[in-house]
Amino acid sequence: MSTSTEMRYVNAVTRALHDSMEQDPAVVVMGEDVAHAGGSFKATRGLLDAFGAARVIDTPISESSITSAAVGMALTGLKPVVEIMFMDFITLSMDALVNQAAKARYMFGGQGSVSMVLRTPHGGGLSAGPQHSQCLEAWLAHVPGLKVVCPSTPQDAYSLLRASIADPDPVMFIEHKGMYASKGAVDTSLTARLGEARIARPGRDVTLVTYGATVPVCLKAADQLAKEGVDVEVVDLRSLQPWDKATVLESLSRTHRAVVVHEAVQAFGAGAEIVATIADEGFDELDAPVLRVAAPFMPAPFASSLEKGYVVTVERVIEAVRKTLA
Amino acid sequence: MSARKNRGTAAPQHLQALYKTMSLIRHVETALTRLFANSEVPGFIHLSIGQEAVAAGIASALQPQDSLATTHRGHGHVLARGMDVSGFMKEIMGREGGLCKGRGGSMHVADLSLGILGANGIVGAGIPIALGSAMAHQARKTGGVAVAFFGDGAMAEGVLHETLNMAALWKCPLLLVCENNGWSEFSPTSRQFAAKLEKLAAAFDVGYAKVDGNDVLAVADAAEGATARLRAGRGPFVLECMTTRVRGHFEGDAQKYRDTGELESVHEHDPLTAARGQLQAMGVDTTGMDQAIAAQVDAAVDAARADVLPVLEHAIQDVYTQTAQETGA
Repeated sequence: MSTSTEMRYVNAVTRALHDSMEQDPAVVVMGEDVAHAGGSFKATRGLLDAFGAARVIDTPISESSITSAAVGMALTGLKPVVEIMFMDFITLSMDALVNQAAKARYMFGGQGSVSMVLRTPHGGGLSAGPQHSQCLEAWLAHVPGLKVVCPSTPQDAYSLLRASIADPDPVMFIEHKGMYASKGAVDTSLTARLGEARIARPGRDVTLVTYGATVPVCLKAADQLAKEGVDVEVVDLRSLQPWDKATVLESLSRTHRAVVVHEAVQAFGAGAEIVATIADEGFDELDAPVLRVAAPFMPAPFASSLEKGYVVTVERVIEAVRKTLA
Repeated sequence: MSARKNRGTAAPQHLQALYKTMSLIRHVETALTRLFANSEVPGFIHLSIGQEAVAAGIASALQPQDSLATTHRGHGHVLARGMDVSGFMKEIMGREGGLCKGRGGSMHVADLSLGILGANGIVGAGIPIALGSAMAHQARKTGGVAVAFFGDGAMAEGVLHETLNMAALWKCPLLLVCENNGWSEFSPTSRQFAAKLEKLAAAFDVGYAKVDGNDVLAVADAAEGATARLRAGRGPFVLECMTTRVRGHFEGDAQKYRDTGELESVHEHDPLTAARGQLQAMGVDTTGMDQAIAAQVDAAVDAARADVLPVLEHAIQDVYTQTAQETGA
C-alpha cells in the first residue's frame, strides 16, 4: 500500500540516501561536512547516527581527490555518493568526472562500470554570487559516459536519487539549492527511471520544455496564461543525459510550438541541444520558431537587484509564449 | 620480511622469478619499439625500459585481492601483475581482441579481474583513484592493499598532496610508489619540484623509504616490508624507487634535451644486466628463459596482427552500461 508524506525537497534527498544505504551495504556517503555537520544544506542530516563513520565520511576540502577516490571505490566494489557543496566547485572535480568516471567503462572495453553518484546543488536566487550560483549541467551532459539528473519536486528528488544510486553508471545528481525548502508529497514506493520526462501540466497550445527550478516558474506562467485562454503544456525533462526526446517531440506534434526554459546561461546551454533536435526531427511540426528563455551571457550576479534581472521569471516565460503565438 | 630471509638459501629461485617478470617486460617493450617504428602501433606510447625492477619488485609483494592504479608509463606494472600478454599486445595494437577491445590502448590498459584499475593518461590521476580503492579495501575488509604508481613528475600535482593527507588521516592501506627517473616529461625534475618526497611524506607523518629502483631484490624487499605494514593496519607508505629512463618521454622522442654523457651511461644501471649477473654468480643461466619469453612475445605480436580491427558500432555500446537506445544517445 502506498503512503504519501508531505516533506521538503531536502528531506526527500536525505530519505533517499537513508533508504538506499539501508537497502545496500555497499552505499557510502562522502563529502565536506556531510557527517557530523549533516551537510551544508542539511541533506545528509542523521545519516552518521544511522550508519556510522565508516559509511558517512567527512572529507577534507579536497574536491579533486574525493571525486577521484569515489571512482576508485566504485571500481573496488563500493557505491559512493559524493556531495560537492556547491556545483561551482565541480571545476575542481573535472578530471575525476570527465577523464576518469565518464570514460573508465568505455576505455576498459566494458569490463566494469563506475557506479557512483555525485550530488551537488546548482542555481541562484540566494545572492550567493558568481562562484556559488552557477548552473553548469550542460558541461556534464556534453561528456559521453556521464548521466545528468535534475529533479524539480520532492517526489523526484526521492525517486530519481534512488534510481541514480541503483544505476550502474556515474550519475550527476543536480539539486537546486533554492528548492531545498520547497514542500511536496513523497511516496517512497514510487520508482522513477532516468531519461523519462514527466508532463507536469498537459496543454494544447504551446509546449514549455524545462527542468529543475524553472519547472515551477513555467507552471505559474501556464496558470496565468490559462486565464487568457492559452493552454500550455509543461514538460519536466527530469534528466538531461539521457533526455527524453520522444516525449518532447510527441508534445510538439500536438502543440506545434515550443519554448525551452532553463536557469543556466542560454549560450551553448542544454536548451541549444533541445532546440537543435526539434529543428532536426520536429521541423515539419513547427508553426513558429522555437524560443529559449534562460540567463544572459554573464556571470551570476550578487546584488539582489541584479539577480532579479538575471534569473528566469514568470513574466519572461509568458512573453516568450505570447511571441510564439503571435 | 620473507624476501629478506630469502636472500640466503632460497634467493636464486626468488631472483629468478623477479628476473622472469623483468625479462617479459623488456621483451614486450623492445618489440613495441620495433612495432612503433613500423607504424603498427597507433597513437603514442611511453616505454619503461630501464625501470623494470620497480614493476617486478612491487608486484612480487602483492596478493590476489590487491589493486593498483598506474600511469602513462604503465606497461611494466600491468605485465608484472599478470596481465595476459596476448590481450595486452592486441590492446596496444588497437585490435578488437584487446583486453579493452582496442578502446583505450597503451595509456588505458586495465584488467579489473586482476585489480588493475587502469593506466592513465593524466599525470597523477591514478593516485586518488588508488586512495579510493584502498578505502574500499578497508570498508569491505578485503585484507587488500592498493598501490598507486606515479612518476616524479606527478610530485607537483595537487592530488598527491591531497591523497597523502587523506590516506594519513584514515590510515588507508595505500602504497604510494614513486618511480623517480629524474625526468618530468622533457624537464629535469630538479627544475620542477622544490621539495623532497621524503619531507612531503614526513609532513603528513606517512612512512617513507628510498630504494635503488634498479636493484630488483631491494625493491622486492622494500615492497614486502611496506605491504606488511599496510596489511597490519599501520597506514599508508611511500616508497621512492630511484630508477633510470632509457627511452624518451614518448617513443620517438629524440631526447635532445638530455646530456649525451648521461644518456650514454644509462645502460650501466640496467636492472636486467645486474640481475642476470647475480644469477650467473649463483650458477643460473637465463638464456633458456629469455628465449621462451621471446617466443611468447613473438606469438602475441603475431596473434595481434591477425586479430580484427574494432568497429564503431560495437565501441559505442561500451559508453554506458545500458545500450545506446536506452540512454537516448
